[in-house]
Amino acid sequence: MTETPVGDAPLLRLRGVAKHFGPVQALSGVDLDIPVGQVTALVGDNGAGKSTLIKSISGIWAIDGGQVQWKGKPVHLSSPRDAAHLGIATVYQDLALCDNLDIVQNMFLGREVVKSRLLDEGSMEKTAGRTLSDLSVTTVRSVRQLVGSLSGGQRQAVAVARAVMEDAELVILDEPTAALGVSQTAMVLDLVKKLRDRGIAVLIISHNLNDVFAVADRIAVLHLGKMARSAPRAELDTQSVVELITTGATSQAAATKG
Amino acid sequence: MSTPRDTEVQPENQPATAADATATDNDTVSESQIELTSGSLGDYLSTWGKRIRAGESGVLPVLVGLVIIIVIFQTQQSVFLSPGNLVNLLVQAAVYVLLGMAEVYVLLLGEIDLSVGFVGAIGGALTVILTSTPRNLPWWVGILAGLAAAAVIGAFQGWLITRLRLPSFVVTLAGLLGWQGVLLVLINKAGGSSGGTIAISNSVILGIVNSNMAPIAGWIVLAACVVVFALVTVLGDRSRRRSGLATPPFSLAVAKIVLFAVAGVILVVVCNTNRGVGVIALSGVPYVVPVVLAVLLAWTVLLSRTRFGRYVYAIGGNAEAARRAGINVSRIRLACFVLCSLTGGMAGIVYASRLGSMSNNVNGGQLVLFAVAAAVIGGTSLFGGRGKMLHALLGGMIIATIANGMGLIGLDAATQYIVTALVLLAAVIVDAVARRGQSVTA
Repeated sequence: MTETPVGDAPLLRLRGVAKHFGPVQALSGVDLDIPVGQVTALVGDNGAGKSTLIKSISGIWAIDGGQVQWKGKPVHLSSPRDAAHLGIATVYQDLALCDNLDIVQNMFLGREVVKSRLLDEGSMEKTAGRTLSDLSVTTVRSVRQLVGSLSGGQRQAVAVARAVMEDAELVILDEPTAALGVSQTAMVLDLVKKLRDRGIAVLIISHNLNDVFAVADRIAVLHLGKMARSAPRAELDTQSVVELITTGATSQAAATKG
Repeated sequence: MSTPRDTEVQPENQPATAADATATDNDTVSESQIELTSGSLGDYLSTWGKRIRAGESGVLPVLVGLVIIIVIFQTQQSVFLSPGNLVNLLVQAAVYVLLGMAEVYVLLLGEIDLSVGFVGAIGGALTVILTSTPRNLPWWVGILAGLAAAAVIGAFQGWLITRLRLPSFVVTLAGLLGWQGVLLVLINKAGGSSGGTIAISNSVILGIVNSNMAPIAGWIVLAACVVVFALVTVLGDRSRRRSGLATPPFSLAVAKIVLFAVAGVILVVVCNTNRGVGVIALSGVPYVVPVVLAVLLAWTVLLSRTRFGRYVYAIGGNAEAARRAGINVSRIRLACFVLCSLTGGMAGIVYASRLGSMSNNVNGGQLVLFAVAAAVIGGTSLFGGRGKMLHALLGGMIIATIANGMGLIGLDAATQYIVTALVLLAAVIVDAVARRGQSVTA
């Protein structure tokens, strides 16, 4: 694996992205490539700028400097709708699901299928069921179950399936395994691999390096708003990633800033 | 209900193991969430029983409560179940049911409307004033004007609540006081010399509650309703089966249709029995009954079968999620306040029709509390996101039954208030206990 796939641009490419809030420089000169069909993990300590970066990618905050390229073309992301339009779906930690609605209703919320002005429950239920089984989410007994009755992992699966149904090409997962038990975490990581196998690019933010090394193809480390290192997983090990997170550099080799 | 549960979830018949993390890799869901797809009616009923024990009781406790109340009153006073009294009961319940349905719209959002009693009364008063002497406008002009006035008031209050982000409790509390004042002005200006009461002189307005359908017409309407209900049920079942979706047994669809028909036949038989006193024969379904049922049907379809309804539930469940899904939250909330006041206007017109006049001493403050009580007794949550129009029907019937039965037994108003309060508390307790059961098992 090389830094950029030869011959064609990565799905999303950031060059020199900067963002400040008042006097605080949250991001400066951040470069990041997110290739198609790979899982990119974004790690970094609290305050390193992970949230700022994903919020910039998902259009919540406009960047102050630098460039964002989507499939090789410069784009301007000034609202979540712009991002959604390109095919960027973000699953936030708080998931934004309605507990009082069932799985189908949540997956189609805001995009309901209607037939002569009435909801077409049958076709929505079918599509939702198919999407979930495509993602091998077989643990929910019924797609008519209320989301409030689901486990944390199942909720994550519903939120991801919702993103997939929007035909997202890049799915951003914000701490998807935080607050999950062992089996639930394994299920979510399987789901991430499933997304990759479908040719979807995944950007996953995590504090858990075990999860990162279990699932990521590439690892990007942010340190104090700068990209400390962005490299294929094979070039990194847990210790060097920990060093990058805490100090922004590795002792073994000169960190290639990029 | 919203806490993530991973490892404590256990199927009912399996002993809990210490190694949950590995043992329940397949993310076992609780028994309470079993879907009703089992093959036979027997299986279906046993699944249903499990759901009830797990706290997903639906309207069953309310129906049981209603039956218990009816049995108690019947043993105390044999007139209670006479056709005459039952029809009277239906008519008494109509206002509570309509006001309860009005309240469901805002309760689903997690809001409340304290003003709907007086807003409805203003709608009713306007209808009466326009259609009675000296103006004598056609009945439909009066009704449209009354409903429009109520809707406009709802839009105004909804605008204050959604645009200026004022709490609905305070805005509608101001409405409770202010619209009472407006009602006084309206009645006193129009009533003038008649001492604050305007008698209805339009026969259609008066007839909403006080006229009856011809007995044969009652049967025809019922037959039509049963046919339509059967068609919708069977076709819905067919289309789900054809698309290969999980479908409850067909015998259940048949059972539903039979139940619907039986309930309808009982209603029409009771209403068509002669309930006249002495030589004057009196029979037929009062027009207000099909009116209330039509509103119930329309609002149920709106809430459960349209995008608008889905968004109402979504906002009540998680407004932030609704906003992120691209729903225009303010517009939906505003519409709910308009629909609440509109339905309140209908209640006001029925209220006036029942009394045969509109006066300036409508107790709108009490009416609205009964309206909220009706919705909550029926099973609608005060915290938003859970509830149905049907709840208002059941709750309104319970409140009217208590008032009617206690009146028959000869208990005073004080006792009636206390008993209604206890029933309300019982309903909330049943709801809370059921929900706790849910969070333990699920």
